[in-house]
Amino acid sequence: MTYGAAIIGLPALSLGVGWWQVDGPGADEPAGTRPGPLTSMDFQLTDHQGNAVGPGSLADRASLVFFGFTFCPDVCPTTLSDISGWLDDLEQDAERLNVVFITVDPERDTVAAMAEYLGYFHPAIRGWTGTPDQIARTAQDFRVTYEKVATKNGDYTMNHTSGVFLFDRAGQFVSTIDYHEPREFAVPKIRRALNGAEGGTT
Amino acid sequence: MLPNLKNSLFALFLAFGAAGSAMADSLEVLVDAGWARASIGTSRPAAAYITFRNTGGKAVTLTGLTTAVAKRAEVHLTQTDDAGVSTMSPAGDIALPPGEDVTFQPGGLHIMLMGLNAPLKEGERFELTLEYDDGGSKTVEVNVLGVAARGPEN
Repeated sequence: MTYGAAIIGLPALSLGVGWWQVDGPGADEPAGTRPGPLTSMDFQLTDHQGNAVGPGSLADRASLVFFGFTFCPDVCPTTLSDISGWLDDLEQDAERLNVVFITVDPERDTVAAMAEYLGYFHPAIRGWTGTPDQIARTAQDFRVTYEKVATKNGDYTMNHTSGVFLFDRAGQFVSTIDYHEPREFAVPKIRRALNGAEGGTT
Repeated sequence: MLPNLKNSLFALFLAFGAAGSAMADSLEVLVDAGWARASIGTSRPAAAYITFRNTGGKAVTLTGLTTAVAKRAEVHLTQTDDAGVSTMSPAGDIALPPGEDVTFQPGGLHIMLMGLNAPLKEGERFELTLEYDDGGSKTVEVNVLGVAARGPEN
């Protein structure tokens, strides 16, 4: 009798929880595209100044993380522009935030290339690169996809997940801000993550 | 001989007249000065943006772009799907429907400038020639704004 109940009850319960997380009120991102907490990640990269970095480099501060590449003519400059605007609005609070741009194109985006590129944008924005394997591991940790696409004349572009991920001070994922989001909504979201309690909730 | 000459001249006249009115379709496409972001080095492609206003009654198609500042200029389209993945691909010829605006802007249609011949510097201007399917063409000025410019106002 109890076995029967367990056989029906347990799957039903896990289905319920599964639905809650995937399609129900517990989900605010399409399934499979939310990064997990930074504390569960294990990647290693190099920043634009040549220092070894990883998830530990983001500890104890709220973070904005996004993926792109410096040979991107439209999406990435647009995103960097938006981020610069949010940082300006945050004023001194911007200093309490990690802002990291991770390349999906390590072939062209070397440490030197990242340093040159970032020199044109807000000084708070850091750039991380690495070997193709390190980048692949990092993308996996963040549940980000990217793909090289050949263009004419032997060039290539990158398709990539382009939203800006917001993490709170405990490293928990809060939400994705994409470049269509108006500043009036994006900045308060970031403020809440900055001011959230340690071990904060979403 | 004379009547034939007259007929030929008349026919020629008609032909020119007809050609003239065909090119008038693209003449009715108004384009303000475009804007571009300053380039970062010359190996990276740059992006330029324009708004087309087809004030005429006939559809016109943008079929080509040329500029002295880059070896290749093509229209590309950025699209972002529900999973947040952005892709960019050549957009081919661009239809400009009668009575409508077609606006190129960040996150959507943009002119990709590849093989820059010189850096695009903020505060400078360059010329871009637009070619249309009716054989018409128009040269517009493009203003170079900052590397993080978001629109023509900044």
